[in-house]
Amino acid sequence: MKIDTLTHSIGEWLRGTGPESDIVMSSRVRLARNVANYPFVSRASEQDRLEVEKMLRDRIATVPVGRALEYIDVGHLQEVDRQLLVERQLISREHAEAQGARGVAIDVMEQVSLMINEEDHLRIQCMHSGLDLLGAWEQIKVVDDQIEKIVPYAFHPRFGYLTACPTNVGTGIRVSVMLHLPGLVITRQIDMVFRSLHKISLAVRGLYGEGSQAMGDFYQISNQTTLGRTEEELVQQVGDVVPVIIDYERRAREFLVRETQQNVHDQVSRAYGILRTAQTISAEETMQLLSRVRMGVLLGFIGDVKIADINALLVRTQPAHLQKLRGVELDTNDRNIERARYLRQYFEEGDAGNRSSVN
Amino acid sequence: MKCQQCDKQAVFHITELEAGAVRELHLCEDHARTYLNQSEGGGGASDDEGKPKAGGLTGALDVGQTADELAILDQRACDHCGITFFEFRNQGRLGCPHDYVQFEKELEPLIANIHGMIEHTGRRPSRGATAGSANAEGAAAAAALPEGTDELTGVICLRREMKEAISREDYEKASEHRDSIKAIEERWIPPLHQDG
Repeated sequence: MKIDTLTHSIGEWLRGTGPESDIVMSSRVRLARNVANYPFVSRASEQDRLEVEKMLRDRIATVPVGRALEYIDVGHLQEVDRQLLVERQLISREHAEAQGARGVAIDVMEQVSLMINEEDHLRIQCMHSGLDLLGAWEQIKVVDDQIEKIVPYAFHPRFGYLTACPTNVGTGIRVSVMLHLPGLVITRQIDMVFRSLHKISLAVRGLYGEGSQAMGDFYQISNQTTLGRTEEELVQQVGDVVPVIIDYERRAREFLVRETQQNVHDQVSRAYGILRTAQTISAEETMQLLSRVRMGVLLGFIGDVKIADINALLVRTQPAHLQKLRGVELDTNDRNIERARYLRQYFEEGDAGNRSSVN
Repeated sequence: MKCQQCDKQAVFHITELEAGAVRELHLCEDHARTYLNQSEGGGGASDDEGKPKAGGLTGALDVGQTADELAILDQRACDHCGITFFEFRNQGRLGCPHDYVQFEKELEPLIANIHGMIEHTGRRPSRGATAGSANAEGAAAAAALPEGTDELTGVICLRREMKEAISREDYEKASEHRDSIKAIEERWIPPLHQDG
């Protein structure tokens, strides 16, 4: 599985088939680990990093889960390929933009990804479609158990798993869900949701945007603390709050349909119209419009588009994906034109139409 | 260094560690007081349930720690990786696992501030498959730490000393260190089994 193959597939978690996937896009669990016999990444020399990378890469390859993973040397990738991995949520932006020896091991279903030499020596990530934190947690436990048998993790009896940044120490776990909340945004209740989550130590972040400004009404909720509670308690902390938010969002959507049906229908129809006919369109605008159309599909206003298609478009219209699909580097203006062309063709002919035009 | 909000000398150096992000502030006494009062009074973080406030290191360090005491603390360095406390405060990142031992006392209040707790209650590595350490010390330690962790972390120091020996052209010493490192790693890290 090379990067080019990745471009044409759609990760398992985007299929939109998991539980509550009308609102919950994906559930993710991440564990931060370091080896005991090397300095943390930011203090490590390049030689250290090479040795850590080799040690982890070789050892991961020998464990059962590791044998199913493909290793990618991020340090030697072209920028557009690194970008693609970020867009796929397989590596973090920091990992793509850092210097020095680093890599990532990925499974073909794109559920499991192991980053080497990001902020910590090893960051294990499991992602599932829809609301499935327990499933992701069960899967990541297996990975962690297998690796720790042959890799000497840095661990302290009081502070737990040791991490480069004290904000991750202890369990080293980050539990998060990605939610689509257009109803709460349109009914202006999203700030209230933010504030109440913050009160119970959960962090909310807009995806695809700066800070808390979310593009496309996509938000990520995650735990803020990692020490003093067990992993199960932290998974539960996030897991317990999601159904409440889902409920709020569903009610907001019902309210919109009940009270302002003409308005909502008009909004999603206009969004759909622009996506199908624009000649040039930015990534930001695409995100906003796809979000509206996604809601429109779920509320039954748009009948001839599938959720899986919208999910795929959310990824394929991003800069690196567009360039890989087209097979050539494009600057912003050209990308905006290509994006519009891609969208027009997609809505006219479906996915097949675009595939045939790619060499 | 000047205060970030006026022309006076900065005497408070605050590192804000929010989940995943680091912010450094350098403030004079007056602006620091204003800032700290702000983050305790308002903001989104609730002050109930004993949850720590969003203050930085200044709030977390012992009462009565002056800029002078902080300056002394800043000079202290980890004897394994060499990072100074000052470097840690500036970057928000520690240098090696041993820092948690070397700076345990200073990190405690900071960690309490961030997480509201200081004792790990979750999973532990079960790795005990390595050759057992026969002495009594080892047995007690094994209950708390995977065997050999301390020695393995000590390799960080040995590696640094080996590098220094090489740059001094003391190749004999460097060779000694390299052999020690190899011995420790072979002792405590399970061998790699290749398939087939």
